[in-house]
Amino acid sequence: MRIFATIKIALRALRRNKMRSLLTMLGIIIGVGAVIGSVSLTSGATKQIEDQVSSLGESVVTVFSGNFTQGGMRGGWGSAPTLTVEDTDAILNNVPNVVAVSPEVRDRDQVLANGMNWNTQVMGESPDYPQIRNWPMASGAVFGDQDVRSLAKVAIIGQTVVDELFPNENPLGQTIRIRNLPFKIVGILSPKGFNLFGQDQDDIVVVPYTSHMHRITARTFVNDILVEAANDGAIDKVQSDITDLLLTRHHSKEQDFTVRNQLELMQMVTSTSKEMEFLLAGVAAVSLAVGGIGIMNIMLVSVTERTREIGIRMAVGARATDILIQFLIEAVTLSAIGGTIGIMLGMAFSMVIASSRHMPTITPVFWIAIAFVSSALIGVISGFYPAWKASKLDPIDALRYE
Amino acid sequence: MQTHAVIKLAGLHKVYHTGEVDVHAVQGVSLEILPGEFVAIMGSSGSGKSTLMNMIGCLDRPSDGHYWLDGTDISTLDRNALADIRNKKIGFVFQGFNLLSRTSALENVEMPMLYNHQRLHSGEQLERATNALEIVGLAQRADHHPNQLSGGQQQRVAIARALVNRPSLLLADEPTGNLDSQTSIEIMGVFQKLNEQGITIVMVTHELDIARYTKRMVILRDGKIVTDEVVRDRLIAANELQRLREAQQAVKLA
Repeated sequence: MRIFATIKIALRALRRNKMRSLLTMLGIIIGVGAVIGSVSLTSGATKQIEDQVSSLGESVVTVFSGNFTQGGMRGGWGSAPTLTVEDTDAILNNVPNVVAVSPEVRDRDQVLANGMNWNTQVMGESPDYPQIRNWPMASGAVFGDQDVRSLAKVAIIGQTVVDELFPNENPLGQTIRIRNLPFKIVGILSPKGFNLFGQDQDDIVVVPYTSHMHRITARTFVNDILVEAANDGAIDKVQSDITDLLLTRHHSKEQDFTVRNQLELMQMVTSTSKEMEFLLAGVAAVSLAVGGIGIMNIMLVSVTERTREIGIRMAVGARATDILIQFLIEAVTLSAIGGTIGIMLGMAFSMVIASSRHMPTITPVFWIAIAFVSSALIGVISGFYPAWKASKLDPIDALRYE
Repeated sequence: MQTHAVIKLAGLHKVYHTGEVDVHAVQGVSLEILPGEFVAIMGSSGSGKSTLMNMIGCLDRPSDGHYWLDGTDISTLDRNALADIRNKKIGFVFQGFNLLSRTSALENVEMPMLYNHQRLHSGEQLERATNALEIVGLAQRADHHPNQLSGGQQQRVAIARALVNRPSLLLADEPTGNLDSQTSIEIMGVFQKLNEQGITIVMVTHELDIARYTKRMVILRDGKIVTDEVVRDRLIAANELQRLREAQQAVKLA
């Protein structure tokens, strides 16, 4: 087949009617553009969420203390004090594939330093906390087991606290006062940014959990326990082992705690975006079908207009298949160019939106491929009938056509 | 027996089934045209000459009878085979020129080569097309579009297009029908020159003046051949043009 020459003929025919070709493509352009634009925006948002979820630590299992129920009022996770430091030790010692644990105690306090004050989250944690959260130190070092045993008054602080209390100096070695107790700053956590729920993760002061429980809050229970599994694959087993262990330890028939892992959280968040993608695919299908009808319409007009040309081509030896392919290629070229323009417009659109909102964009390679292939396919489908009609013309009638 | 004839028609019939009555357009035409002949098929409208021409041009198939073109019986071939024959063996020249508009003369001439079975590479295509335009004396207008050319020039482009695949047969359907008398003579001059080079030409016309430039006249009436004779006192286009110019000079027309 003389494909190249036929493509050239088709392109020339399209160039001849620039405005008409453009208007014909518009349906495909808008459809594909809208889909690519919104897909790259949503997948960018999904990626952002996934990044944030994994920034919490990937193979981390969190044990929340139980919900507190009184007079029919249920308090939600962590409202009842059911978890203890001993539970933490038991998990570390008895559950296989656990590499690190940290009992977590939370409190909000007014902290003072340098003649300034700031209300922040004060956490009691074990020295494994930065490792579990996958959160390296920017400078200094995390407190050690010795500090935990001795209820040491040492703290590591996040970047926001540094900015608020030590604007122009190095906070390492300085003192920060929590509930009027002086804590020595031994380390600074690297900036981590905002989490999924819009909280500033760097607005934090971390002290040994023993110091927190005995010196700051005088608590005997922990809010929750962070457990790091050896790897992603071990998470499910670790989770069920912890559940079994704690049920035994708490001697309760009802589970007074909740075990969650990051994977579940990730699945929860990304399931909505999957639904979104299906919705978009539906919109895409409708708009491509509409665009295809436009192409079919114009191709039918074009075949009628060029009946004489078809007759001439047949008279000099074009076979029916040559004519069929000529018009088919014309339709496919229309829709493929439309699809390409749509893809570029969609990408440009999503980049503009994303950059104005400081969101990442993902080039949705899969969707671009889908969009291109399906717009070309639309061309084949909608061009076939007009092209077939053209190829079935009788050369004598076509030549006589006025 | 039919090997040496370019065209051999044996008892050719064509019946159109349109509406209630069947139209018997060609009723048993037998004809033999040898290589190097220049034949005019004449007849009034409705005589069946166009129908006969369409069948000779492999645009249409006979209802009955046989047609050998270059020794091949084409009455039984299918659409694709007919298309290939039109491409390889036949060059068409039409009354209305039938050039593709908004396409240069050169590209119009190249067009039949797009449908060749053995594809020529583009250099050879260009060479052949330019060559064909030179034969009709239009090489310097190769990049002109049909609407920038006069009627006579457009018909020359059409002839170049018909020649480009080096056919053994050139078919012309009223080639001078849309042209003034001087341009008509010029076109007949082109045909006579081509015929001298050995190309067989079959031309449909209803003008006796034009038919006198050919070598043989076949006259049809009601789908049958009524006259088939050699043209006596044949006109030579070069002489006629010369005479026309002198006449024009006499009245200071040109």
